[in-house]
Formats: sequence, structure tokens, C-alpha cells
Amino acid sequence: MDVLLILIDWFPYLLSGVAATLGLVLSGLVLGLLLGLPMALGQVYGSRPVRWVVGVYVWFFRGLPILVLLFLFWFGIFPGLGLGNLSAFVVGAVVLGLRGAAYQSQIFRGAIQSVGEGQMIAARSLGMSRLTAIRSVILPQAMRIALPGWSNEYPNILTDSAVCYAIGVVELLTITSRIVTQTHITMPIYFAAAGIFIILNYGGLKVLHRLEKRIAIPGFGTGAM
Amino acid sequence: MNNNDIVLRVEDVHKSFGDNEVLRGVSFDVRRGETKVFIGPSGTGKSTLLRCINQLTPPDRGRVWLDGEEVTNSGARINYFRQKIGMVFQNFFLFDHLTALKNVELALLRVRGMGRAEAHEKALTELRQVGIEDWADHYPAELSGGQAQRVSIARALAMDPDVILFDEPTSALDPELTREVLEVMKRLAQQGMTMLVVTHEMGFACSVANEILFMEHGLVAEQGSPDLLLHDPRFTRMKDFIGRIDSRMED
Amino acid sequence: MDQSVFIFEILLPALMQGLVVTLQLIACSAPFGLALGIGVAVGRQYGGRFVSSVCKTFVFLIKGTPLLLLLFILYFGLPAIGITFSAFVASVVGFILCNGAYNAEYIRGALMSVKDGQMVAAQALGMTRWQAIRSVILPQALRRAIPGLSNEFIYLIKYSSLAYMLTVIELSGAGKLVATKYFLYTESFAIVGIVYLVLVTITTAAVNILESRVAVPGTTRAATAAQL
Repeated sequence: MDVLLILIDWFPYLLSGVAATLGLVLSGLVLGLLLGLPMALGQVYGSRPVRWVVGVYVWFFRGLPILVLLFLFWFGIFPGLGLGNLSAFVVGAVVLGLRGAAYQSQIFRGAIQSVGEGQMIAARSLGMSRLTAIRSVILPQAMRIALPGWSNEYPNILTDSAVCYAIGVVELLTITSRIVTQTHITMPIYFAAAGIFIILNYGGLKVLHRLEKRIAIPGFGTGAM
Repeated sequence: MNNNDIVLRVEDVHKSFGDNEVLRGVSFDVRRGETKVFIGPSGTGKSTLLRCINQLTPPDRGRVWLDGEEVTNSGARINYFRQKIGMVFQNFFLFDHLTALKNVELALLRVRGMGRAEAHEKALTELRQVGIEDWADHYPAELSGGQAQRVSIARALAMDPDVILFDEPTSALDPELTREVLEVMKRLAQQGMTMLVVTHEMGFACSVANEILFMEHGLVAEQGSPDLLLHDPRFTRMKDFIGRIDSRMED
Repeated sequence: MDQSVFIFEILLPALMQGLVVTLQLIACSAPFGLALGIGVAVGRQYGGRFVSSVCKTFVFLIKGTPLLLLLFILYFGLPAIGITFSAFVASVVGFILCNGAYNAEYIRGALMSVKDGQMVAAQALGMTRWQAIRSVILPQALRRAIPGLSNEFIYLIKYSSLAYMLTVIELSGAGKLVATKYFLYTESFAIVGIVYLVLVTITTAAVNILESRVAVPGTTRAATAAQL
């Protein structure tokens, strides 16, 4: 089996794409979290202009295809800001994060709003400031409520990360295409790549679901979203 | 009356929600160690009155004083007053993500800035006080309503308040569970805690209250010791109200 | 060159041609994606063990594979085993598979939410199992699945842009060509983005109208993850 031998030969190279893909996904998730959470707080507790700005941001980043966002930032916005030297990987990660923030903020917003009003009232009645109440009473509950929805962002970002191929990020799909071009073996390579994506996808979800179970609290509704 | 005895003073408090005038000028003084019980038909502003005292609902007009300091218009200092004015809610409002013990600890840590060990000790003491230390590591969803309400009383007690406001503390409970909560409240009263209680429990009101305030249409309609309001022929409105409740119960 | 000349005389005409292709892609994909979704969901829920596991595997594989890789397989991979699609057809096939798999999940959720009594009542009237599914269960389930299906439809509008990666000159592709030719990237892609926003916003509004039209009084809307 020539094909099998070639496949085995190239497999380590294929796997090297996994690191870049995971790097994209993780930075997208983390950046999305860091931006999305304050955005959610702004949308729930902020003044009218803050809510409006966040609303427009979410509308924009959820309404555009990931491909167009990548092109816009890679060819247009970053070079326009004098950041033309940024690597495709960084731009890809930032765009995934900006887009992730739009989606994640809505997950967090829903979670914050689903925490009962009494929790804030009780916290304030004990002398907590609004900020302390949000930090030590509302958010710990909201984060648990949000986690199942948040986990579902992972496969979405993984799928989107493959589109970073279009701006030349050397991730799993890019490497797959390179191997196909060089070996002229198409289907086995594609299927191997698909297999890796599938493992990353469901493996990652499994890890996240285990995390959900670990932080579960008796009688406290996870899985509500 | 010695002015120093007065721990809480409520002066001409008004509150409207839209066109609905819920409180129309309520005033009273609370002496240290006193239990005042508020009785009256629903929708007469009793709960709003309690929330106006600790400013969870800021009153439109009127003032509230605690130990000679003004609570109304106190800006950020309101968070200090709220520690000194405990509150117990009809639906407990325990923090759902925390065990009973941690519910009591949280404000000690985050508001009083206590150390972990000290807060832990203090929280356990308060839980013992309401007879629920065995349930310290259980989450709110694992507690009965009566147990949950006792935890929420412990949570208020932990701040060493000058006065505790009870907003219909047993209205969400079965009769069986109501009794265990009332027992705790009665003991607190006997130990000299200053309490304002909104309730429909006439038995509790008559046996524990130093004074009953009967409220109607946003005003205190009758005010006096339980004995006076129940037996003096000059007072009729509260007796009418109780009669109405009783006849409804018999139906 | 004057900005407005560029936008109105060069960019927009090109984008309109691209938009036509985008709309063709969507129009060719959406109905089959819906049909596939219904078929897979019904097969998964009511089929025999074999059919059910085939449907389950299909959803598993498609949801696990990035759409762009799926498109590559269809366009660059299949010719190696003697199946050649045009770029347009390969894109449409990819969109149908992807859209169908996700639709199937929403429809299956809705099927499961229809109470058991409905099937029993239908069979008590002498309907066969298949008739009951078709005329009692599905009409209820599809109504409940509408919010989820509309989400997927909006996703379809957005991911139809990936056809450009197979050289189909649809909306994003048209924008890319103009942008590259005139070196006006930010303007071009911003306007491409606006066209997508208009499409998505109009669709959202239309979906809301549709939902209220087909709502049956007294039936609750199935809760779906509220993500557009």
C-alpha cells in the first residue's frame, strides 16, 4: 500500500497543523471571553449609549461571514492602521476573538439576566456595593449557567478557524492542501484531516462537558441554556 | 422617653410607584430591643416601608435615622447602614451557588473584610444560633423552606445588625415550617434583638410584639400594644381586619 | 479616483452580479437542506436501528468537519475517484449537506418535544405510523423548529461566501476581485459586509413575521439557543 506509506510519512507534518489550529481556537475563545464578558455586563448594567454600542458591535460581527471579516481585517483594517506586519496567524486569532466576543457576550448576557432579581436585592441588603454583588454573587452563578452555551462556541470557532486558510494562516486545512498538492493523494489525506478535525471537535466538547459536571452545584440549573 | 433608646427613627416616609401612592407619610420610632409588628391588608405598603428603611427602594420623601445618623441621602455610606440593618425576605433569596455556611460567610469576607478563619467561626456560630449547623454544607436547593429561612436569618445576624427587618418571613412556608421559623424569631426577640416584622401571623404578633402597627392605604391607621388594639373598644379597624381574615379561613 | 465613483460605478455593479450568484447558491441549497434535515431527523427518530444509526453518523461526521474542508473534498477530492462537479454544484452540495445536518438536529429536538399522546391518538384513529408522522407529528414539530431552522438559514447566507474558495464568484468573491484590482480593500469589504448585514437583517425580520403567521394559538414555542 503506497498510499498508506505516504500517509504515514506525512502524518507528523499534518499533525503540526493541529498546534496552529488549536492556537487559533484557544486565542479566539479566550479573547472572546475577555471581551465578551465585559460587553455582556455593559449590555445588562450599562448606560444607554454603552448598551447601544455593544448592540451595534454584536449586530456587525454576527451579521458578517467569517470570510469577509478575515478579508476586511487582513487586507483592509490592520494594514490601514499601520499594522500590516502582523502575521496572518495573529490577525486570524484576533478576528476569531472579536467575532467570538459578539457571540459569547450574548450567551453571558442571557445567563446574567437569568439570575434571579432577588440575588442582587439580598446582596445589596447585606451592604455589598453593586460591583461586589456582581462579582461575588451574580457572576459566579451566571458563569455556571452560561457554561453549556459557552461550550457550544468551541465547535463553532473550530469550524471558523479553518476559514483562516483564506488569509494564509498555516493551520490544519492549509497543511492538508499543501500535502495534497505535493503528493497528489487527495481523498486519503482529506479524510485523515477530517478525522483529526472530528477528534478535536468531539474531544474538546468532552473535556468541556467534564468541566461542566465538575463545577455543577446540587439543584443549581446547569443545562438551562 | 430617653432619646438614646431610639435606635431607628422613620419620619414621614412617602413612596409612589407611578400614580400609585403606596406610602403616604409614615412615621415611628423604634427603641432598642423592641419588636414592632406591621399588620394590614396586602398592598398597603408594608413591604415597601421596610425597603424604604434600608433604601433598597429609596423613598420619595421623608427621612430615616439609625442611631442618630441619617440613612436617607447617605450616598455610598448606605452600604454601611445596610450592614447594620439586616433584612430577611419572604422568598429567602439565599445565594443559590453557595452552601448554607458560605451564604453566611460571604458578606463577612467581602463587606466586613474578615479573615477566612474568623468568618468561618462566626458563620458557624450564627448557624448554631438558628439551630441549623448540621446543614452547613448543604446548598439552598437541598434545604426545606424553613431551613432556608433560618439560614437567611443567620446571614442577617452575622453582620451584627442593630435592627432586622423581616418581610413576611413565613408567607412562603407550610404551617409546619412556619412554626420553626417563628420559634427562632421569638427567641431572637427574647434575647433583645430589635426587629420590625411584616407578617400575617396574629399569634406571633400578639405574643411577641411590643407594639403593633396596623397599616391601611399607605398610612399607620392604628398603633399600640397588642392588648390595647385587641381589647380597647376605641380601636376597631384592626379587629375588623382580623375578623375578615378569620371568616375567610372558615369558608 | 473619486470615492463615490468607485463605489457606485465600479464596486456596487460588481457586487450586484455577485449577489445574484449568492442568491442562486442559497436558493439551490435551502430547500434541499430543509428536505434533507427532515429526512435525517425522521430517519433518526423513527427509522429502524440501521437507518437511525446511518442518520446519526451522518450528522456526527458533517458537524465534526469544517464546511470548508467538506467543500474541498467535494471539489478537489471527488475528481480523484472520477466524480467531477462544477464549482457551483460542489458548493451547493456542500451547503445542502451542512445545512441538512444542522437542520436535522433542530427538527429532531422538535420531534422529541411532541408528546407521545399525539402518536397514540393518531394511531387510535387508524392512521399508520407513517401517516401519523406525516400529518400529525411533523406539522407540529416543524413549527417548533422554526426558530432553529431560521438560525440555520441565516448561517447559510453567511457561509455561502465560502463558495468563493472554490472559485465561485459570488458576493464576497466579487468584492475580493474589485478590491484587489483597485487596491481599495477596506472600502470594498466594508461594503460587501453591509450587503450581508442587509441580507441577514431582512431575513431576520421576515422570519419573525413567518413565525407569528404559523404560530398555533396555545402552543408554546420550543426554546432554542437564542443565537442568530
